[in-house]
Amino acid sequence: MPDTPILLREQQYHQIKAVLTRLRKDASAKVVFLVGKDGQEIASQGEVGSLDTTSLASLAAGNVAATGGMAQLIGEKEFPTLSHEGERESIHICVIGRLLLMVVFDERSSLGLVKLRSRQFSHQIATMFEAIAEASSEDLDSPFAGITDEDIESLFS
Amino acid sequence: MTFINYASREINCKIVYYGPGLCGKTTNLQHIFDSTAPQSRGKLISLATETDRTLFFDFMPLELGTVRGFKTRFHLYTVPGQVFYDASRKLILKGVDGVVFVADSQEERMDANVESLHNLEENLRAQGYDLMTMPYVLQLNKRDLPNIIPTEDLAAELQRKGEPVVEAVASSGTGVFDTLKAVAKQVLTELRKG
Repeated sequence: MPDTPILLREQQYHQIKAVLTRLRKDASAKVVFLVGKDGQEIASQGEVGSLDTTSLASLAAGNVAATGGMAQLIGEKEFPTLSHEGERESIHICVIGRLLLMVVFDERSSLGLVKLRSRQFSHQIATMFEAIAEASSEDLDSPFAGITDEDIESLFS
Repeated sequence: MTFINYASREINCKIVYYGPGLCGKTTNLQHIFDSTAPQSRGKLISLATETDRTLFFDFMPLELGTVRGFKTRFHLYTVPGQVFYDASRKLILKGVDGVVFVADSQEERMDANVESLHNLEENLRAQGYDLMTMPYVLQLNKRDLPNIIPTEDLAAELQRKGEPVVEAVASSGTGVFDTLKAVAKQVLTELRKG
């Protein structure tokens, strides 16, 4: 079945940001992202600066999707973690249900530490997101329930 | 998967351009990219081969404006059209909110259109979607070429459910924004339904 839309309330968003902030600190990472498996950035925390986070989120999802496809071809369900190590900057991605937790780090940290911390925070993030997904499916108070054809038309005028 | 963020007051939707190889999916995105103010769009990411054939996908985020205080952002994707990239096409449909099928109007590409449309229906089903119930637009591209099939014949063969049909010449931009508008309107209308 297709995934239900995700409605992220302000309080939930700040809870997620708080968890990402703690993870970033504990893992000595540069940036921490939470991304949907479909490539949409949900939240980020850290030295974002001029980083193109939207493109990074989309490519991370593409990356996970491609390796997940490879996993299935060899009889695995998926590869739950992915790591890319560069000369100075590295990326670790951890699959949490329909989310991706992506950590960008440099020589101030290590892959081992990032893996450990990501694993430690994964459960907390999964639990939080389950509650968000459940609330989203029950939330009948969509901000778009009252939009008119004129509202939609105005985007294109 | 539509994502509504109340904190940043943003709504994000995913639109996928589908169709046979060389039908003009990337050209659609390229035109949108070239014609949009830089502050309204992000980078056009193209994962292509050395000969500019789409290898995995093209991606471009586009901000259309504000509805009810929410910024509406559309994430536009293309799939690789060549038959043997089917595994990639399936992956890109994940979380899709609306689909544009770009058909090549040339006579000799009719079979490829039909094959690709069947492939779309099949791959959507594999992801749990039904083409008949989702936002969908049929674009008839390359209308400037000499050996094209009449619009009515193409529509008769390819139209599935009374979806909007847009004639286009993506290389010059004709019909590109009409197509985007038609699919974006349907996606937003779906949101209204909740």
